[in-house]
Amino acid sequence: MSIAAQSLAFAEEALTADDVKAAAAAEGAGFAYGLAAIGPGIGIGYLVGQAVQAMARQPEAASDVQTTMFLGVAFTEALALIGFVVFILLKFA
Amino acid sequence: MTPMKPGAMSHRLEGPAPVMDVARDLARRTVLIAPALIILGAVFWQTPGAASVAYGIAIVIVNFLLAAWLLAWGGRISIAAMGAAAMFGFLLRLGLIFLAVLLVKDAEWVNMLPLGLTLIVAHLGILFWEMRYIGGTLAHPGLKPSAKMSIHHPADPSAKSTHETTGAA
Repeated sequence: MSIAAQSLAFAEEALTADDVKAAAAAEGAGFAYGLAAIGPGIGIGYLVGQAVQAMARQPEAASDVQTTMFLGVAFTEALALIGFVVFILLKFA
Repeated sequence: MTPMKPGAMSHRLEGPAPVMDVARDLARRTVLIAPALIILGAVFWQTPGAASVAYGIAIVIVNFLLAAWLLAWGGRISIAAMGAAAMFGFLLRLGLIFLAVLLVKDAEWVNMLPLGLTLIVAHLGILFWEMRYIGGTLAHPGLKPSAKMSIHHPADPSAKSTHETTGAA
């Protein structure tokens, strides 16, 4: 048997169903976290940009805008947290 | 639309930051419901469940306080710095949460399911609960004034005096 054929046979033996499942779970977890962070990133960027502009235009309303921005960031961040929880459940649970 | 003055982005936000009041109130409410959540965790997942729920609650509280502190800190420098603190703070806090979970992932007292559920439920639940107590006006940009605080604002006709509140003559 050639070396290539021996390597192939070894690789086929080494990769069990559990290994394939673990690899798929790791891939899925990585995609879940990465994709879930994109949306909140865009959302928070837009929200903060508009809030900063509003505060620069009307500094007297800055406190009110700041509170609204804080709550908006916290709500948007919940989306990223959901993705993170899916990640830890797929990867570590 | 109000035009932006030159150098408006470098304007500092003076005075107390209302977001710190909101964050402290969020933390207080989280601590209030913590025993009920920990008991639920213990009922469904025994001791590791209770410990995981408590750990998740601690993460949520630190996350809220850190977010507000970063905003307040950035605001004292400039409005632009506050925007940067909000954006990079988001990344920083996600990293810290990841690190906090990574540190305990192999611990015997941790169950990932209640920990994950606590992160989502506590975070969202407390935020929706807090929405009822947010002033959202120029007069009260942070929390709504409580009945006790209203005593100090006699101009507010809806405010009850101490005598009315306590029922004294």
